[in-house]
Amino acid sequence: MAEQVTANQVPVGGFAEDAEADARFLAHKRYLAWRRRLLPIGAILLFLLLWWQAVVQFEIKPFIAPSPVAVAKVLVERFDILMTNLLPTAIEAVCGFLLGNFAAIALATVFVYRKTSEEALFPIAVMVNTIPVVAKAPILVLLLGNGMEPKIAIAAIICFFPTLVNMTRGLRDVRPEQLELMRILSATPREVFFRIRVPNALPYLFSALKIAASTAVIGAIVGEWIGSNVGIGALIIQATYNFDSPLLYATIVVGSTFSALFFGVISLAERSMLRWHTAHKD
Amino acid sequence: MAETAVSCERVSVRFTSERGTVTALDNIDLTIPRGSFLTLLGPSGCGKSTLLRVMADLVAPSSGRVSVLGGAPQAARESRQIGFVFQDPALLAWRTVLENVSLPLEVGGGKALPGARSPHELLSLVGLSGWEKAYPHELSGGMRQRVAIARALVSNPRLLLMDEPFGALDEITRDRLNEELLQLWETTGTTIVFVTHSIYEAAFLGQSVLLLAARPGRVREQVPVTLPMPRRLAQRETTEFVSLAGHLRRVLETC
Repeated sequence: MAEQVTANQVPVGGFAEDAEADARFLAHKRYLAWRRRLLPIGAILLFLLLWWQAVVQFEIKPFIAPSPVAVAKVLVERFDILMTNLLPTAIEAVCGFLLGNFAAIALATVFVYRKTSEEALFPIAVMVNTIPVVAKAPILVLLLGNGMEPKIAIAAIICFFPTLVNMTRGLRDVRPEQLELMRILSATPREVFFRIRVPNALPYLFSALKIAASTAVIGAIVGEWIGSNVGIGALIIQATYNFDSPLLYATIVVGSTFSALFFGVISLAERSMLRWHTAHKD
Repeated sequence: MAETAVSCERVSVRFTSERGTVTALDNIDLTIPRGSFLTLLGPSGCGKSTLLRVMADLVAPSSGRVSVLGGAPQAARESRQIGFVFQDPALLAWRTVLENVSLPLEVGGGKALPGARSPHELLSLVGLSGWEKAYPHELSGGMRQRVAIARALVSNPRLLLMDEPFGALDEITRDRLNEELLQLWETTGTTIVFVTHSIYEAAFLGQSVLLLAARPGRVREQVPVTLPMPRRLAQRETTEFVSLAGHLRRVLETC
């Protein structure tokens, strides 16, 4: 275990006895924080500028690639259509996310207490995970019909595997001393589960949830490619067939923004629930 | 003779694995009086940690009889009379210092703990007042081990088992904690069994030192330590201490 004494009682920069050093330290910290935020924004702006100039200079046809200005125009003018199509995709992604992760957490708990079940079922989980999403989609549409159900199922299946693997590991990789300690304290199996295994698994779980947040949206979109007339996925197909590239790009922007927001929500939840863990990494 | 805290009669522990049977402890006979401080010293593989775990009901003996505080080790454990400090502090990273020390009061199937001590009081006893809200990763190795000691004492155990608790610490911190542990022992009056592989630690802390030999683990010699209490680190420079340490080292060489 690393030796580290942190001045946690000192809320400022850590130079309690030297106000000037403290001010300079904090100023530099603020500078670094702004730098971290502004650099990616600058890079995006530069990229958009290059893209726009490329379309103008090389006279690229709009149906091959639109200029960012055309995409922005669609985003504003057809905002209502984009949002009507985002809604079903968002519902499918979030439902699939909840369903898939809940099932994975439940199965991981069974795996930890019944090794036999892991030996029997884990290879099947691996097999299912190797099937590409585009191949799962038609199977599930045939099974579950044309509504939201197959899309939710695809999103759930995509979320399932990473959470299963991480959660099993998190529940199992408990320090042996902590288990011995709980035995010394005559703790019940229930107490060991909720006070040791679950908190120990939370950092693992959140790594999986952050992956799942973006893949659930991808799953829902791919599900909509097959036999659907609403949703981000359907809109992508429609725009492609109509050579409406500004709409295609705008749809992608909307889908990605939703994914990023979903990811952000999970990250925020992680920060508030795992203060002890995130602070550790800073 | 005072009352007995722990007694072992012909205790053996054998572990069976694919590569055969290993005898970790072979016919251990041992009596530890109540309120005493015994150190277990021996080379690695001599079974000193196993012996401690037998007393704590973490390992069942293959043969022989063990009695802890007048009953079976299991009864002593279930009535929460045993405190245990590991080499790794085994703190729960998601709990603050205060929550870690309070853990023994929260678990155990909801049974009330008569005579439990206040976590705040124990934290001040180990010199950590003001650190209640800190998380383990914010503490130094020595501070973490102090938290572990406070946690072991919160149920007010009559037997405190310590398995190389200061083994991973630097020498300066270890010396300081040794002195503090002796003061703690005098104020609480609890029986302490302390496993170490440091000759100086064994001789400085114990009222007597039990030397174990390895493969199979067996009692080599029990050496009484006559240095007066309260002990101070400076006493390690006295001729008495130096000759005692010399004796322990010579016996260890033959283990």
